[in-house]
Amino acid sequence: MSIVKNKKRNILPGFGLSMGYTVFYLSAIVIVPLSMVFFNTVPMGWEPFMQAVTAPRVLAAYRLSFSTAFFASLFDAVAGLLTAWVIVRYRFPGKAILDALVDLPFALPTAVAGICFATLYSPAGWLGEISAKWNLQIINTPTGIVLALIFIGFPFVVRTLQPVLEELEVEIEESAHSLGATRWQTFRRIILPHLFPALLTGVTLAFARSIGEYGSVIFIAGNLPMKTEIAPLMIMSKLDQFDYAGASAVALVLLLISFSMLLALNAIQEWQQKAYR
Amino acid sequence: MRLDWTRKITLAASLLLASGVPASIAEAAAAQTLLNVSYDPTRELYQSENAAFIKHWQKKTGQTAVINQSHGGSGKQARAVIDGLEADVVTLALAYDIDAIADSKLLAENWQKKLAQNSTPYTSTIVFVVRKGNPKKIKNWDDLVTPGISVITPNPKTSGGARWNYLAAWGYKQKQTKSPEKAKAFIKALYKNVPVLDTGARGSTITFAQRGLGDVLIAWENEAHLILKEFGSDKFEIVSPSVSILAEPPVAIVDKNVDKHGTRKLAEAYLNFLYTPQAQDIIAQNYYRPRNPAALKKYAANFPKIKLFNLSEVFTDWRTAQKTHFKDGGVFDQIYTP
Repeated sequence: MSIVKNKKRNILPGFGLSMGYTVFYLSAIVIVPLSMVFFNTVPMGWEPFMQAVTAPRVLAAYRLSFSTAFFASLFDAVAGLLTAWVIVRYRFPGKAILDALVDLPFALPTAVAGICFATLYSPAGWLGEISAKWNLQIINTPTGIVLALIFIGFPFVVRTLQPVLEELEVEIEESAHSLGATRWQTFRRIILPHLFPALLTGVTLAFARSIGEYGSVIFIAGNLPMKTEIAPLMIMSKLDQFDYAGASAVALVLLLISFSMLLALNAIQEWQQKAYR
Repeated sequence: MRLDWTRKITLAASLLLASGVPASIAEAAAAQTLLNVSYDPTRELYQSENAAFIKHWQKKTGQTAVINQSHGGSGKQARAVIDGLEADVVTLALAYDIDAIADSKLLAENWQKKLAQNSTPYTSTIVFVVRKGNPKKIKNWDDLVTPGISVITPNPKTSGGARWNYLAAWGYKQKQTKSPEKAKAFIKALYKNVPVLDTGARGSTITFAQRGLGDVLIAWENEAHLILKEFGSDKFEIVSPSVSILAEPPVAIVDKNVDKHGTRKLAEAYLNFLYTPQAQDIIAQNYYRPRNPAALKKYAANFPKIKLFNLSEVFTDWRTAQKTHFKDGGVFDQIYTP
């Protein structure tokens, strides 16, 4: 070829084709179904829309859903990191079983999880009896919701951390140690920065999953208006009254908040990765 | 994410299991088939009724009929029909849910006039279930608002049965005091004693009977008998209040769908069959109150005398009740907003 094209081209071939497929699949699988929420909401008009999404009960539900999801994923971050660490770094009998157990919340129908929790923490259940002695109520409180969400989100954190931890060679820690770093310094300066992007991804996944979780939560939440009604339940209850538009309105706001939060988390992650490169 | 093959397969298998394929819509080709879309607690009732009807139909016409059932929360079932589930007949917990189907033009607006007795071949009412020996001495509606009593009832926004519970309590107070304000205060005090609002009637039953929450469960009369049968009459007993509501769970033919399937004749015969003495006996055996006086007399032991009032005496009709009490911003929302 004699003339070099001015246009800068990607070195990898097939960009156009693969990008085309990506856009097509994302549209068919994600964008088109979700846009129905938008189109269901539009005919209702601005004022009824605002009325539907700013009703005190709906606001309380949003607050509850986001705060319980936040605390649950925060807990998952710590517990998940620890679990991933143990699975990757140590050899012990029954490790394969432990490894498989982590995935169980993925496979279990969430309603089953909800029923298990509700039975366990009810006044007649094992843990419910103990917690009642301490005058601590778990079932039908936000604490119960957080517990269910911790269960649901846990595997996301473990499974995103595991491969990164496996790649992290022990030699790096050893050299840090031989250079005089304390254990805490090694963890804080060497291990954590390396793990942070994966940890953030895992927590984000757990968080996103928790906001939408319905099946397991309704069994343990108690569903009291203003107190323990989660946002997805508000959607269901509007649907049960044949209020399709109102349900879509609540869903739309939930979707928008979730999307902007996920976008922000992704941005943090990118920034973080650049900072450590 | 690291997912190896075994994991992927387990995941796929469990997803398949969870999605659950609705029973046998495909298998019906030769024989005429009806789909009866009903609410939750009627599972056992319609199993017996269908068996009896199929025999009756065979004898009368020589044709085999297949009747498929679908059960779920009444409102959810109505929504499924509106969204395209091709029910030939609907047998739901309350008229409002069938009204909603009528709104989408699948059946005539005056559907409730088409069959005898408000299109309800059986009725029921709302009673209490308490723990054996009635330790909290619960006798009537007024005992439910005593501070410290814990009452289990589902959420009227998501459960048809819960709406009957609510209206029964309201009606009792309004009839007693002639004052809607006092009825509202009563309802507010009652729901203050409710620690959990399950989304459906079965959920509340499990909360009360299995998880041991609450001192009293407000329930359908037939559901109360089922609890005694399932969990043991040595653990629970039924308390009938002095006054309660006459609950009429109606039945209707979905005109658009039977015309499309060519099943109108069969559907009509099926619903009319529910009024026959044989079907009325089955109804009473399942603890629903039969319309037929002879059947009611035969099973009188199951149905204690309760003063039953009609929904229309207090709330005009279902549409009005729904609008005033259960719509967003309605009375039920108001009692929870400070």
